[in-house]
Amino acid sequence: MNGSTSSQKHPLDGLLRTDRIPHIWCPGCGIGTVFSSSLIAIRSTGAEPMKTAVVSGIGCTGRGAGYVNLDSYHTTHGRAIPFATGMKLANPELSVVVFSGDGDLFAIGGNHFIHAARRNMDLTVICVNNLNYGMTGGQAAATTPYLAKTSTTPLGNPEAPFNLPLLAYACGATYIARWTMLHTRDLTQSITEALTRTGFSFIEVLAPCPTGYGRKNKLKASDLLKVYQEKAIVKNGANPAETILDLEQGITLGKFVEYDRPTFAQNYKAVTSD
Amino acid sequence: MKFWRVPLDTEQIVITRGVVHIIEDRCKGCGYCIDYCPRGVLEASSRFNNKGYHPPVVRQPDLCVNCHYCEAICPDFAIYSVEAPAQPISELPIK
Amino acid sequence: MEPAVLTGEHFLNGDVACAEGALAAGCRFFAGYPITPATEIAEHMSKRLPQVGGVFIQMEDEISAMAAILGASCAGAKSMTATSGPGFSLMMENIGLGITMETPCVLVNVQRAGPSTGLPTLGAQGDMMQARWGSHGHYEIIALAPASPQEIFYQTITAFNLSETYRLPVLIMADEIVGHLSERVIIPDSSKIKLRSRPRPKGRKDRFLPYRPGANGVAPMAHAGEGYMVHFTGLTHDEKGYPVMTAEAQAEMVDRITGKIRKNLDRIIQVERYRLEDAEVALISYGISTRSSLAAVDEAREQGIKAGLLRLLTVWPFPEDMVRELAKRVKGLITVELNLGQIHLEVQRCAEGRAPVVLVGHAGGSVITPEEIVEKIKEQVG
Repeated sequence: MNGSTSSQKHPLDGLLRTDRIPHIWCPGCGIGTVFSSSLIAIRSTGAEPMKTAVVSGIGCTGRGAGYVNLDSYHTTHGRAIPFATGMKLANPELSVVVFSGDGDLFAIGGNHFIHAARRNMDLTVICVNNLNYGMTGGQAAATTPYLAKTSTTPLGNPEAPFNLPLLAYACGATYIARWTMLHTRDLTQSITEALTRTGFSFIEVLAPCPTGYGRKNKLKASDLLKVYQEKAIVKNGANPAETILDLEQGITLGKFVEYDRPTFAQNYKAVTSD
Repeated sequence: MKFWRVPLDTEQIVITRGVVHIIEDRCKGCGYCIDYCPRGVLEASSRFNNKGYHPPVVRQPDLCVNCHYCEAICPDFAIYSVEAPAQPISELPIK
Repeated sequence: MEPAVLTGEHFLNGDVACAEGALAAGCRFFAGYPITPATEIAEHMSKRLPQVGGVFIQMEDEISAMAAILGASCAGAKSMTATSGPGFSLMMENIGLGITMETPCVLVNVQRAGPSTGLPTLGAQGDMMQARWGSHGHYEIIALAPASPQEIFYQTITAFNLSETYRLPVLIMADEIVGHLSERVIIPDSSKIKLRSRPRPKGRKDRFLPYRPGANGVAPMAHAGEGYMVHFTGLTHDEKGYPVMTAEAQAEMVDRITGKIRKNLDRIIQVERYRLEDAEVALISYGISTRSSLAAVDEAREQGIKAGLLRLLTVWPFPEDMVRELAKRVKGLITVELNLGQIHLEVQRCAEGRAPVVLVGHAGGSVITPEEIVEKIKEQVG
């Protein structure tokens, strides 16, 4: 009764391009779990699947668009948010989800993130943060911790990382949460909330990159999951300025921000209909 | 272990039970489902799947409470559970 | 709501005429970033789009402007952006994405003199090879070159029609002089404007293959939100749109995206022949430089020299066969363009040594005068 048969159908198969599974993500990579949470959330909103579009940039997480059985767009490096902006403005009925990585959204695409948040563009942005560039073999990113080793910081990272929730808050994002891929239920709940509300929603999800970041810093995937478990400080409503992401000191998780203000489209309509 | 006091509604309480399904050839052997199953239902198989990984195998089917955590944490869409026919609590094995 | 087609006689500069052409063509989404000398297009669209139910957004840079018009097009809108040299450089990567995803849209480059910041307020035609090859990889592109506000109005409509018909970004390679020149522009009745729309899928949604080409080599396009569950990617992909990392898939995809243009050259390329029938010297020019060239042809004829002009309305794809044929029967060819020899290289290539080819051009910043051209014509026959 517990075994493998060809007739088995995973509950999410309907939302997957099953002819492309198994996906390219490495054993122990957390992106698949975040992707799974996103699909559960998309399904749980009850919205018509054909009215949801997924847009990704480039990188490991950027491959997400290629596995979801929805209208899905795998764009250029860093440009998922402006592509999604055009899509949403051209068809406001669409729920547009941006699923991409930390390197894509916050280094090469950082400018687009801050402006979309400022405009309160009605998008759900899910950022899988694995602390490095995975696809190219584990180079330092804008999220790599100070002194961490990567293939381009072999002696330790001399730079300070972004605090993404604080960045998002300062730019005007109206929903901000951070979870790890271990906190799947909270994560799914946050994505569901983001999908059903109006405005720029940002969800950061920590996920292990055992092949890149893990190998260089002597952290196996299971070690990183233990860190997530032991260092998690769940603090809903925390001031984003006081949230920390430190694999030793602690990782503040929770839904930090949720408030309403008019979106770009609402303001545009109000301003131009006079 | 015995309950020192039997709740009055014991007869009505049912605990959901689950049946775990493993799509072996999707598994990449990360072991998350095994490590994080709250009931210790799974263990690594000694077999290889067609990609050369050790998929999980159900060791203690009766312990599964259909919490779906294996399904949620699996990065590879390789495991899920479905609800088994319910049975009264008194019939459950208690560790 | 105001009418999208402002039928009547107007006095407009080229930038505004371009914007009106876009609206007449059905453009309902514009994303842009201010840059001299293209800013007036964005300004005019910001005023006019809300009047016709469209959306204007000023993006944070030209990279995002180009990305946004691709996204809008994938959701079904006819979309456009406008820029000049530095912004054109920033748009290159996403032009490649538009080529590979086969996404219709229109990009206007009101050229100024470069390289780099160059001469922001003065015209040039120095981005012509960048228009052809600026994005990486091998592809085909369509680029039009207008010579007047009236022509940019019509060419913008043509650009939308070509982009919709062949599913690719189409470039309008204008220049500062055309952009800022104000002249009479006649906007016809909307019933006189022929519009084309992208091919659309028919039949069962679950069996739809987003990159299986139709009869003219162009695949029907399904939009986000219609239930076809399409996948679009900049990676090399198969008919399903799925990434395939092989040399065979690469050959097949690049053959398709280049083939749909190469096989339809007769339908795409537009030129005007001026006094070429008996010409001994043929000028080849495009955009603003054709105005000096026309005057030069007339002046040369006054002086008894049989000169003519091949005026390229479509610069890319290059009218190779026409230039080859011309080279066989004239004594000399003269390329006239506001750069130091870009389309000139194409003319030389196609002349294949059958006729001498010389250039009248300079690095930009002022128009070429008819006198300079007449001088060269005389040298060619003398």
